[in-house]
This record gives sequence, structure tokens and C-alpha cells, in this order.
Amino acid sequence: MTAHPAAMIPPPPPAINSRRTTRPPGPLVIDIEGVTKLYHMGEETVHALRGVALKVHSNEYMAIMGPSGSGKSTLMNMLGCLDTPTSGHYQFNGRDVSSMSDDELASIRNREIGFVFQTFNLLPRSTALHNVELPLIYAGLPPAERREQARQALENVGLGDRMLHKPNELSGGQRQRVAIARALVNRPSIILADEPTGNLDSKTGEEIMQLFDQIYEQGNTIIVVTHEEDIARHARRAIRLHDGLIESDRMVNA
Amino acid sequence: MKALARFYYEFIESIRIAWAQIRANKMRSVLTALGVIIGIVAVTLMGTAIRGIDTGFNNSLAMLGDDVLYVQKWPWGPVEDWWNYVNRPPILLADAEKLNRIIGNTPNSLLEVAVPVAGRGSSVKAGDSRVDGIFVFGTGADYARISGVDYQEGRLFNELEAGAGRSVCVLGYDVAEALFPGRSALGGAVTVGGHPLTVIGVFAKQGEFLGLFSFDNQLVMPLTAYRKMFSIRGRTDLRVKVTDKTRLQQAKDELVGAMRRVRGQLPDERDNFSINEQQAFKAQLDPVKTAIALAGLFITGLSLFVGAIGIMNITFVSVKERTKEIGTRKALGARRRTILLQFLIEAVSICLIGGAVGMGVAYAVFLGIRFQMPNFPVQFSPDLVAISMLVSVVTGIISGFAPAWGASRLDPVVALRYE
Repeated sequence: MTAHPAAMIPPPPPAINSRRTTRPPGPLVIDIEGVTKLYHMGEETVHALRGVALKVHSNEYMAIMGPSGSGKSTLMNMLGCLDTPTSGHYQFNGRDVSSMSDDELASIRNREIGFVFQTFNLLPRSTALHNVELPLIYAGLPPAERREQARQALENVGLGDRMLHKPNELSGGQRQRVAIARALVNRPSIILADEPTGNLDSKTGEEIMQLFDQIYEQGNTIIVVTHEEDIARHARRAIRLHDGLIESDRMVNA
Repeated sequence: MKALARFYYEFIESIRIAWAQIRANKMRSVLTALGVIIGIVAVTLMGTAIRGIDTGFNNSLAMLGDDVLYVQKWPWGPVEDWWNYVNRPPILLADAEKLNRIIGNTPNSLLEVAVPVAGRGSSVKAGDSRVDGIFVFGTGADYARISGVDYQEGRLFNELEAGAGRSVCVLGYDVAEALFPGRSALGGAVTVGGHPLTVIGVFAKQGEFLGLFSFDNQLVMPLTAYRKMFSIRGRTDLRVKVTDKTRLQQAKDELVGAMRRVRGQLPDERDNFSINEQQAFKAQLDPVKTAIALAGLFITGLSLFVGAIGIMNITFVSVKERTKEIGTRKALGARRRTILLQFLIEAVSICLIGGAVGMGVAYAVFLGIRFQMPNFPVQFSPDLVAISMLVSVVTGIISGFAPAWGASRLDPVVALRYE
């Protein structure tokens, strides 16, 4: 997968990237080799992934792009340890994920991966604070400690004054901020965002992407799955999937 | 330690979710709990009744005395070959004297004393008051030795009074209450069948035997006095106290031998008397009691079963509705166990609420029964509460398990995509 020439990237909007920094890559986090995924749908067998290799280092900010049906959702589920490959190897922080049990995968998701979903996926009857506390509960942190960490995470995304609001008392952008705080609260190795702006208007979406930029600069590793070029432009690296294969893998220049 | 702490936090979180869920779906939860409430009420009341019967039964048996053998013409319980019994000679008062003589001459006898009791139903009057259906019986002063009953006031007649056939009597508690309301019966005059008697004692309250016969509705007088008033062809039996109730069977064997000597029976003759004991009652009534208990619990258990199906159904619905939430929780690191626990606790919570309410209703019904029918044998006890709560929890776990298990096994990818 050779990087495409920078000339092929559409020119970026000037304002956003003016203060753009790229942090040097850290240790290898994700190492995928020859991964395939088959789905059986009745008689038919769908090849969602047909031999994907991908390495993601710490401190990267990567976008996964591709049309629907390209296998990008499957790849994201795989990266997020929600799913295991049919064949091939997946090493996460040096540990072989392909052969892990459900509960071991749950533990990896809990400690190493922060999810941000298109539909926010907040618990409707819980306050913002409790939503952010949730991963810490599953990690087994005592109440006082997790409340403190959740509070800090919410303050970090600018929701220090909305902690006791329930999701239906928050705007879409605020809900996604709660979800981002929840993804960050366990200090995961990577943040995995699936179409994080898909349910937001473009202005709010842009604000959320700026928040991601800020989080990246604070020292997090981010993978964003999107089909929008504007969103992908925030990343430093973009891979494009087509028909279950990585079609291109290139750096995004400012 | 760490794992334990995590389990605890997950447990608390599950309880919290369960309560939020129940509050958010009040109507649904109440309707579902209703099934459990009805089930628990039915089972609890049935348990109460069974226990009441059991207690009443044991109390009644205790009144017979567990160290007393009854020598009678008929055995207790049904007989099919009645013709073998009907021609037996009646138990005579003379039999008692002979028996006591044999007992006295037997070294290390397991029998202590035989006391004759002859009785009949009669009415008792005092002044203008009259009570009917009183068991009037005559016996010896030794009656004190076979009957463990206490005295409300006064005493039993003594050897002297019994021997002289004095016209004295001891009243059962209810008889005394009816004839001498609110005052002492001691020294009072009563008449039985036109014969005057002086009250020298009143028994303490004893209660009813199996709800059939009240030990408080009796009058006892010296046998010699009784013989002057009534024909002794009424019910007569001998009550024999044993020295050691742990060797009841040996005592019984000794008594059979002694009675055969009293009767002068030949070795190849069959006993022409029966030795009865409270154990015989127990043996007969135990299967009946068990049958009632099993049938009752089965029928009431059905209503609890219906309630459990309701819980299972609502838990399935709850899992279906919250599939996406399950996916989210799994993505955030919830293990299978966590999800299983969450839905089990939800099911158990509804059951516990149902159980608690059902318990309250059952207690109210119990108080109502006790108020309306004081003699009906119902009993409510703390361990019944504990058992009901346990039944509720078990019902919740059993009925919630299948849906909760299904939820815990959901594929997070599929669950997250569920709309």
C-alpha cells in the first residue's frame, strides 16, 4: 500500500489547519495481517474483508474511508474487538486478539478502546456523569475515584456544567461530547469513532471534529470511520477501503 | 480482591438499573408483579394453613400424652373386620384393679399405673345456667398422674374423696367460664343428670383436639360417685402411664401380656382388647396431612408458575427493547456475567416487590381469618416470611434466567446495529 501523492488530496480549508501539528508515532498498537471476514447470509457467503493488512501506531490520527459495503464497518468492528476475524492475525498491543474469548475481548474494549458512535449510544435514563462512569464501573474502580475521573473527563470536553443532565436534556453536540468523555475516561490506547458527526448538523459536526483535534493534540490515538472527505481531512492519515480490500493508505497533508 | 470489588460495583449498578427500569415502566411492572403477588399470597396462605393444621395436630396429640397407653375395646382408626371386635368384652373397672395388682407385682415394670376412665356426654347445670354436650367422666385420684394438665384454680379430688365417692368435681375451663362467668367456680354447686356436685377445681385452658373435641368441655368426678349416677356401660377405658416413654414399644408388649392375664386369655386366643397410643393417630393422619400439603402446594404453586411466566415474558421484552443498550454496554466493557446479572436482578427485583406485597396481603388475610374464626388453625411465622422471600428470589432467577442468558450471549456487533 503505497501512499498516494499529496497532489491528489483536495485542498484543505485554510482556517482549521493553521495550527496543525503532527505528533511523532509511538509504539505499535494495532497490527493486522491477512485478515478476512466471511458472513453467511442464507445461501450466500459475503466476503466483507478479503485479506487486510494494517499497522496503527500510538499517536496516530487516522481516518478509515470507503463507500457502504466496502467493509469499513466490519474493519471497525474488528479493530474495536467487537468481532473476531475469520482468518488472519490481529495483535493489539502485542496480544493476539483473534483467539480471545468474549470476556477477554470485553476486557480489552474496556481498558484499551474508547468508542464514539454515530448515534451517541448514551443510556437514556442516566445522567451525563453516570454515563461517563460506566466504563469505570466495568473496570472495577471504587465510586469516589470513578466520579472524580468522570467529572474531569466531562470538564475536559466542556460539559462541566451539564454533569447531572440526562441525555434528553442535552443537545446533539452535547450528547456526542458526553460520549467522547466516556470514550476518554479509561485512558484507552485508541479512540474509535464511527461516523461521529453523522447525526449532527455541519456546524456542530465541525465543533466535534475540533474537539477530536484537541484530544489528539492532548496525546490520544484516534481512528475515525467516515465517508465524508471534510471529516477525513482532520486526520493525519487516511485509508480507503473498497470491496473488502485497502485501496489506498496515505498521509493527509495540511 | 479486585475481581470481588468489580463484582460488587457491577451488582450495585445492576440494582440501580433495575430500579430505574421498574420506575420507568411502572404499569408494566405492576401488572407483571401482580402475577407473583397472587402466587405468593396463594402459596403463603396454603403454607400457613398447612402449618396451622400441623401445629393443631401436634398440640392435640400432646394432650393425649406421649407416655400414656390407652386400653380400649376398639383400636383407633378404621377397622375392616369389625366383627372381630364387636363381640369383645367391654373394659371393666375391675380390669383396672387387676392390672394395677399385676403391675405392682412385676419387678422393674415399665408400667407405672393404670387409671380407669368411664365417661359419657351430658349436660351440666348451675343455677339457671346450663351447658350441653359436656364430656362427663369418672376416674380415680391417680388421674393426676397421667394427665399433665394444670389447674386454673383448686385441685383434683384426693384418694380419700375418690374412695368415699364424694360428690365433688373438677370443671374444664370453658365449662367453668360458661357456668360461673367472671367469678370463681370453687365451692360452686352444679348438677349433672340431676345429681348435685361441688366444684373443687378448674382445669387450665387446654384447647381442642383436632378441632373435634374440646378438652375444656369436660367435667371429672370420682369414679365411685360416677358409678352411683350412671350406668358404667358407657365409654370405659384404661389409661396406663409408662415409666419410660423411650421404651414405649416394650411397655406396650408388657401391657399386652398383663392384660391377657387380666382377661385370663389362652395362649392361642387373639387379644380381646386394643392398646392405643397417640402414635397410632399420627400414623393415620400423617398421610392425610401430607396429601393435603402436596395437593395444596401443587395447586397454589400453579399460580406462582403463571406469575413466573409473566416475569419471563417481561424480561424477554425488556431484553428485546434494550438490545442496543446491551450492545453499548458490551462495547464499553460489560462481560457476559455483567449483562446476565443485570437482567436477573431486574427479574428478581420485580419478584421481590411482588413477594413483599403478596406477603402483606397474605398477612392481612391471615389477620382477617384469625379475627373471624379464632379457632381455625392458621399460623403465621417469621420463617414463612423468609421462605416466601426466598421463593420470590428463586422464581425471579428461574424465570429471568433464559432471557438474561440470551442477552448475555448477544453478539455486540449485532446488538449495536439493532434499532
